[in-house]
Amino acid sequence: MKLVIGIVRPEQANDVLEALYRAEVRGVSLSRVQGHGGELDRVETYRGTTVKMGLAEKVRFEIAVSDEFVDPTIEALCEGARTGEVGDGKIFVVPLERAVRIRTGETDHGAVTPVGS
Amino acid sequence: MKGVNAGDTAWMLAATALVLLMTPALGLFYAGLVRSKNTLNTFMMCIAALAFATVMWAAVGYSLAFDEGNGFIGGLDHVFLHDVAFTPREGTTIPHLLFFAFQATFCIVTVALVSGAVVERMSFGPFLIFASLWSVLVYAVMAHWAFGGGWLQAHGTLDFAGGVPVEMGSGFSALAAALVVGARKDYGRQALLPHNAVYVLLGAGLLWFGWFGFNGGSGFSTGNPGILAFTNTLLCPAATLVVWFLLDLVRDRRVTAIGAATAIIVGCVGITPAGGYISPGWALALGALAALPSYAIIVWRPRTRVDETLDVLAAHGVAGFTGILFIGFFAQQSWNGVADGLAYGDASQLGHQALAALAAPAYAFAMTFVLLKAIGVLMPLRGTPHDEAIGMDVRHHGEEAYATGEGAILITAEAGVAEPVPVGDPG
Repeated sequence: MKLVIGIVRPEQANDVLEALYRAEVRGVSLSRVQGHGGELDRVETYRGTTVKMGLAEKVRFEIAVSDEFVDPTIEALCEGARTGEVGDGKIFVVPLERAVRIRTGETDHGAVTPVGS
Repeated sequence: MKGVNAGDTAWMLAATALVLLMTPALGLFYAGLVRSKNTLNTFMMCIAALAFATVMWAAVGYSLAFDEGNGFIGGLDHVFLHDVAFTPREGTTIPHLLFFAFQATFCIVTVALVSGAVVERMSFGPFLIFASLWSVLVYAVMAHWAFGGGWLQAHGTLDFAGGVPVEMGSGFSALAAALVVGARKDYGRQALLPHNAVYVLLGAGLLWFGWFGFNGGSGFSTGNPGILAFTNTLLCPAATLVVWFLLDLVRDRRVTAIGAATAIIVGCVGITPAGGYISPGWALALGALAALPSYAIIVWRPRTRVDETLDVLAAHGVAGFTGILFIGFFAQQSWNGVADGLAYGDASQLGHQALAALAAPAYAFAMTFVLLKAIGVLMPLRGTPHDEAIGMDVRHHGEEAYATGEGAILITAEAGVAEPVPVGDPG
């Protein structure tokens, strides 16, 4: 069981969701985050104030999957999020100790497997 | 020639300011309908109309619209406000200079209207060129036809406040512009939703407010036609709203806010050509009727591949078309003192109206199509898909509508960072 964390461009978020859906990865959380990862930043001007916007808007996907789904999930994230420009984002895979489905009390593999599959 | 009338002039000064407010109101209305990353660009297209349409209007547009000339286009005697001063404009009791300013506000808002077809993808520079040329080649020409003594007016077409140049002119131009510029990259693939419905409602409310000057001022006096148009501008959109609520209820069992805002616009547009020519009772009927074709097209259009983004065609082109034809049926001499429609015994008026309803869309569509194609030959009309993904605000204006300031690093004069640098090396 792994937790796959993907940080992607907001404008690619829909494409990522589509790719995940096609890969039959169904349990997804996402949140809006700000960060930077070495990409060029934007210069903006408001009246006399010029600023470098050091943080870029990103969307963070969190997907808990059983081991056999780790690679398809990573492939789907890459497929949906890649534009080829600096700033496409990163994927982190971390081990997951336990998972519980609150409604049924199922744990671990059962908890991260979508209902009905 | 009659002299200047103080009461008429006072009202027209106020009416001019009311109409000018419609352009930023439209900016708010349009900005609410786009995604948040394109808020400023959408609003700025309306602000650009305030800039470029006004200057072009003063330079040549007004003259081509309102100088005598021939049936198709006016002359050049009023170029750069030549001979436009304090004596009354012919046929009115207000100073020529005020007449010019009032008409300028119409040109401005019409140019701003067309932007609704190309928001969220057209580059700002090409839009400025388009807006400037469109205000002369399309608006001024059509204003001459309907208001400036051109061939439609000479034929007897009745157009009180701009069904021809403003509403059909913008609506059918919008269709051409959407076809030439092409759809947004995500159109038909993703849900592209309005980002702030409150802006949309407030914008529509302010537009309605301004429209009292637009229609109420188009009699150029405090006389009966202006009063009639003013009150009809209250009644007609109200009827449109009621019918729109019902249509929403039938379709989805819920009344939508953005639908209501749209209904206000459709009702105001419908009464624009007809305001001073039909009775208040018929204005209510027109409002109810105008809702139907516009509603149908607004429901149908997003299922097509035509990304006429903010439905200028449905809200303005089609509602204006409805209003222009409606005059042909229900104009009433006992109310307007000018002409009767078919229902009151004069079938020929319907013919005059039908002529305008065919000629105006054809010219607006064709001229806009050619103009944008020509600009497109000289420069790309839109940026890359990547630009579109980042959003027009950052790409074209270097600003965000909702900047939080988080992560913003102040650039001081001494540091003088002009080029983007990696964040890891803040200089």
